[in-house]
Amino acid sequence: MKTGYKERRIATTVVYHVFTFLLACVMIYPLVWMVMSSFKNSNEIFRTAAKLLPDKFSLENYRVGWQGFAGYGFSTFFKNSFIIAGLSTVGAVVSSAIVGYGFARIDFKFKNFWFACMLLAMMLPFQIIMIPQYIIFNKMGWVGSYLPIIVPQFFGQGFFIFLNVQFIKGIPIDLDEAARMDGCTIYSIFIRIILPLIKPSLVTSAIFSFMWRWDDFMTALLFLSDPMKYPVSYALKMFSDPTAGSDWGAMFAMATFSLIPIFLIFLTMQKYLVEGIASTGIKG
Amino acid sequence: MKNNQMTPKRKKTFTQVMNTPKVAGYVFILPFIIGFLAFLAIPMIFSLGFSFTRYNILKSPVFIGLENYKAMFTADPKFWKVFGVTMYYVLFSVPLRLLMALLVAMLLVKSTKMSGFYRAVYYLPSIIGSSVAVAILWKRMFASDGVINAILGIIGLPSDIAWLGRADTAIWTLIILAVWQFGSSMLIFLSGLKQIPISLYEAATVDGANGIQRFFKITIPMLTPTIFFNLINQLINGFMAFTQSYIITQGKPKDTTLFYTVYMYQNSFTYNKLGYGCAMAWFMVFVVGLLTLILFKTQKKWVYYESEG
Repeated sequence: MKTGYKERRIATTVVYHVFTFLLACVMIYPLVWMVMSSFKNSNEIFRTAAKLLPDKFSLENYRVGWQGFAGYGFSTFFKNSFIIAGLSTVGAVVSSAIVGYGFARIDFKFKNFWFACMLLAMMLPFQIIMIPQYIIFNKMGWVGSYLPIIVPQFFGQGFFIFLNVQFIKGIPIDLDEAARMDGCTIYSIFIRIILPLIKPSLVTSAIFSFMWRWDDFMTALLFLSDPMKYPVSYALKMFSDPTAGSDWGAMFAMATFSLIPIFLIFLTMQKYLVEGIASTGIKG
Repeated sequence: MKNNQMTPKRKKTFTQVMNTPKVAGYVFILPFIIGFLAFLAIPMIFSLGFSFTRYNILKSPVFIGLENYKAMFTADPKFWKVFGVTMYYVLFSVPLRLLMALLVAMLLVKSTKMSGFYRAVYYLPSIIGSSVAVAILWKRMFASDGVINAILGIIGLPSDIAWLGRADTAIWTLIILAVWQFGSSMLIFLSGLKQIPISLYEAATVDGANGIQRFFKITIPMLTPTIFFNLINQLINGFMAFTQSYIITQGKPKDTTLFYTVYMYQNSFTYNKLGYGCAMAWFMVFVVGLLTLILFKTQKKWVYYESEG
């Protein structure tokens, strides 16, 4: 009787792992297929679509793809993406930490009103405000530059403000009180006490910000017209347009390449990503 | 601020003023206030104003009253078509994604040596799923000579389906892409599941409840706040979907995959009808706002909050 129970348990465990593992394979297959295809000969990709492994691994697609289009190589697009995502992230992280502290620790008039505005800003998608933003930025002469893409990031991002508020509220207020006794002002408490303690939420904000800005192509679609300034995301889109030819091998190679920074962040920072999502309950 | 005081004292007073909470609070949230007004509130008000005008970027706007809205509702058949397409997409992709997220979260709540690996694999697609790279991949996967047909061919099913060319299948390639990205919802469910006190399950087991009863009587009710939150978030995201339709299908065939936001973009920037685009944006604000409101109103009926219960 006892062995029967044990056997059944082992059987359940095996079924569990087989099922979960197979489903995981299905989930990941498209990505593996893309990566593997990027090493195939361009004409081999669709002739042998069902075969995962290439006949022989070739870096030819990467060489061709890297040359880009319209006279600009992908090195330019990568550089642009790093500039956009990098500056945006610095702006978003710093400003969101400052604003987060204000909401979490200080009492001032109409705080609830502004906090509601912040939640609204967090929920309101970019698609809704893209047209008037375009009109305004166009009037300001910013269209065609990185300014409309980067500058708004320097005024606090709802999701990161929220994350910081949650995190700061978890820090015992006694620390602030003790620092005030020692003569700290509201400002020096922020810099000396809070800032060093909220590193995890700063890191989480930085990771999400970088990934979102790296993936973002709508702002580039809207505000940029000179291929020299394209980020990787938008360059890929233009690269894949039928008019630019359809070298799928090169396209898969560059698509794979464009995901590498995200993959690296994902592999090294997964803990922060998971906690960021779990603690705020907001999509990443 | 206080100009009637003597110079030596003045600086100190300024510092003191800056150090009062009611001033310091505003100093800290000032970046947000400026950003909120400049990039959100004022553009929104402008947008409402433009929605009553005929406006292309070259000429000044001309006031035409409710003409844009009238044209939208009565004269533009494509408007209702894209609205319907978007509704269809939301109606299927959001529940399917949440269902998938919940089921996989139930699988992964059991902790084994493989848990970290499984979680990573299931989460990954939602991290990269909205990228252009994945959109391009999806387009090729579902091409006639793509990997989907190739695999169908191997297992002996019809393998010549033009997934992206047929009206009944094209939209489903986009829905599948949305469902594939269930990872972040799954993580939220996972953390919700872990917060359910184990004592509840034990008590239920003692009372003779089976697995299915425990699922419907404990797991689901305890998760309703998480489901509610996820639902609102995903609903907004669903209505705002853009990249998929814009890159993968470009609305083809015959606008059956043309999403609302893409049509709004086309009107504004391809056909240069910015006023019409603004009217469309405001209609979407109205629809999403209304749905969110309805969900909040029905909340009492089905969302269980522990502090009240």
